[in-house]
Amino acid sequence: MIRLAGNSQDGIQSAGALLAKLAGRSDQDVMTYMTIPSTISGGPSIFQVRMGSGEVLSAGDEADFLVAFYQHSYEEHIEFLKEGGVLLYDSDHVQPNLDDKRFVYVGIPITGLTVEALGGTAKDKGKNIFILGLIAKIFDLDIEKLKGLLTEKFGGKDESILNTALMAFHAGYAYPVGNVLTTRYQFEMGRIEGAPVQVTMDGNTALAYGLIAGGVRYGAAYPITPWSTIMETLRSEFPKYGGLFVQCEDELAAVSMALGFSYGGHLAITGSAGPGISLKTEAIGWASMAEIPLIIVNVQRGGPSTGLPTNVEQSDLYQAIFGGHGDSPRVVLAPATVEDCFYIAIEAARIARKYSTPVFILSDASLATRIQAFDEPDLKSLVVDPTVDLTPRPAGYKPYPVNGITHHVPPGTRMLDGKYPVVTGLEHDEMGHPTGSPALHTAMTAKRRQKLQQLAAEIPIPEVTGGPDGEALVIGWGSTFGPIHEAVKSARDRGESISALHLRHLNPLPNGLEKIFARFKRVIVAEMNDEGLYGYGQLATILRARYCDPKIRSLTKTDGLTFRVKEILQGVLK
Amino acid sequence: MSLAESIPATSPAPEKLTKKDLTADHPTWCPGCGDFAVLAAFYKMLERRQLPHENIVTLAGIGCSSRFPYFVNTHGGHFIHGRAVPLASGVSLSRPDLHVFLFGGDGDAFSIGGNHLEHGARKNINLTYVIMDNFVYGLTKKQTSPTSPLGFKSKTDPTGAIDQPVNPIKKLLTAGATFVARTHATQINHMIQMMERALAHDGFSVIECLSECVEFYPGAFDAGNPRKGGAFTVIDEKKWDGTPEDEQRHDITDELAAYKLASLPFPGLFGVFFESDRPTKNALEKKWSENTRAKLGHPTDLELLQKTFDRMK
Repeated sequence: MIRLAGNSQDGIQSAGALLAKLAGRSDQDVMTYMTIPSTISGGPSIFQVRMGSGEVLSAGDEADFLVAFYQHSYEEHIEFLKEGGVLLYDSDHVQPNLDDKRFVYVGIPITGLTVEALGGTAKDKGKNIFILGLIAKIFDLDIEKLKGLLTEKFGGKDESILNTALMAFHAGYAYPVGNVLTTRYQFEMGRIEGAPVQVTMDGNTALAYGLIAGGVRYGAAYPITPWSTIMETLRSEFPKYGGLFVQCEDELAAVSMALGFSYGGHLAITGSAGPGISLKTEAIGWASMAEIPLIIVNVQRGGPSTGLPTNVEQSDLYQAIFGGHGDSPRVVLAPATVEDCFYIAIEAARIARKYSTPVFILSDASLATRIQAFDEPDLKSLVVDPTVDLTPRPAGYKPYPVNGITHHVPPGTRMLDGKYPVVTGLEHDEMGHPTGSPALHTAMTAKRRQKLQQLAAEIPIPEVTGGPDGEALVIGWGSTFGPIHEAVKSARDRGESISALHLRHLNPLPNGLEKIFARFKRVIVAEMNDEGLYGYGQLATILRARYCDPKIRSLTKTDGLTFRVKEILQGVLK
Repeated sequence: MSLAESIPATSPAPEKLTKKDLTADHPTWCPGCGDFAVLAAFYKMLERRQLPHENIVTLAGIGCSSRFPYFVNTHGGHFIHGRAVPLASGVSLSRPDLHVFLFGGDGDAFSIGGNHLEHGARKNINLTYVIMDNFVYGLTKKQTSPTSPLGFKSKTDPTGAIDQPVNPIKKLLTAGATFVARTHATQINHMIQMMERALAHDGFSVIECLSECVEFYPGAFDAGNPRKGGAFTVIDEKKWDGTPEDEQRHDITDELAAYKLASLPFPGLFGVFFESDRPTKNALEKKWSENTRAKLGHPTDLELLQKTFDRMK
């Protein structure tokens, strides 16, 4: 695992992303992790790339190789370096404690050499690519492939940009760094015959293209970190498919416009992070009441309020499930990995259409920017046709059948009996007429709940990883999938009978979980939120309420960082 | 296939669209409410224009006047307070085959939804918005509204309103609405005329319609009603006939002149203040999408997505 530590304007993200892409193309498993400060330019930032030929589940706890751009990068990250690991530092900026004999030190005047190589006009811009050249040399990477990737990235209209990048790369590659590695790393794997081709992207990209595969063509939103890159992608992509994404004046307009698209027959998407979702809440309640399909993406960050805008937290689960006045059932899904961001978007679209309901996708800041390689999806079997059905409807159509699932008729459809439906947020009868009837409010509230109970019955019971029974079951949701599974694997290697269960459907929950819980002595829910007033995290509280099982315990954390494998092991084995 | 191509052509309406076809639930408004006349004018306008029944969409936010969609037998929706402009914008932008009509009151338009009105106008979304302005909150039983005049006594201003009221026409002009008109619910023919011109306008067309709340602000608009001794003065629009008297008439493409007319004291003038042919967001977005698709060679959805994934290998 390589950790690059510098400042946010140094371009370490793009250098790291190129490494990740190289690994993906070389049939390596790869996972990245990055932190960025919430300032516009400047502030400490890291990018971490972990590659391996086995299954790479988490971004890793400890680095084999640390690149420090500055003194603060060195001081803050040296403890993440494994004993025997290599510190590569910019000797123009960093003075390491060479008396600490745990590490191998490689000091190179990176800033000076970059300026020298590029002729000085760009100041020290290009350090990232210089370092990429150094890393390529040290790890004996395939430089032809890397140069190809550089050409893809920088080869645009201005040829000089690509030339500068290649100059910096060659300068780094040509530097006589010598043999600094104590361990031999096998980077380049031979292509395994018949192995599926991999695609490499981050979670927000996977989610955006999952929506497109799922037949979503319209959306509206307002920019907010870490959601914005999804809307940026969709703003450019939807028009290519004949659709449209609108940047609105605010979050309330965005959700309302998305509901306008959906009412018009085009299932739409809106998205945000916690603060923006708070603003959208009233309209989401309307979607629940009027039974309009809608996809709401929440790329969670640390809260409440403006909170930790660039850190990760899973503290919006209650908001997703319960946020809103009245009984307003909605579906809540959470992707486990970057790959799952793609597939869960398709599933969200399917559920929203089938049950005519708002569907939340709870991603988070770590999935948003994490780059992973995964098997190329079989798009042919996945792509959904978004054609709107405007065929005239026969007489007797009821928009809100009390004993059935609502399926709205999009405007533009002729009603053969001449009766046109109104969708409404007032309590209504089967025809959509407002009513205050106590019996109808009871029946319609039940109708809106029952469709989600029907959905629960069709959700497959998730598989248990590890053994089918034993001492402890670790339950997770969302981006904690990697560290939890790695912790379970590591514990089982040591002989502990620990298993994991990862929930992707959080509301409604799949049926039959109690049968799985019964086979374990302890059930521990690991999640990145606070233990709350009564000692349980948000999912743990819901599971305890649902199953009334006192053996359900909670492992929580609120430091704004992803779980480390060590933290889960400590929490589970204590 | 692009989405526009995927929408089948609707078959023509078999019979003439009449008021009977358009009538739905009996209005829940108080007897004597100005909104009845607005509804009648809307029916009449639709009868005259003979739009395909299924392509008419009636939307609203919250308020007395926002009950409108229940009383019109067309596709429709009753949304939340203040957000009907973006809802209607979503329908308009994604469904060019539809005629989107939006109804609401002064609270919806100028208070809770004020920002959306600004941006709907700025973006020039193709729809028609009739704001039934009664200068009071009626559904919640007499609180001050954003258009209540200074000194108006309400349950929230028992000694008289002290906040400067919104001037709807000025607000719409500065926001960039491309069709701005004003009418009075007692003037049925004028209302129909304004609605017809708003419908014919390609862009964000707004009509402020003074509609009396007989329950909580009776007599509010008598000054604009000749039958109550007031004056219903209609804007004299330029005819471009080269006559000397035409010099004095109002050029509806002149924004500054419109702003000056909107500054006249109550009851002010009625008619079209401003109209501009600035391109709609609907047209600009469509052009972008069509150009992009043409550059790509009109690929199928699958071809396009596969190409993207090939680049990520």
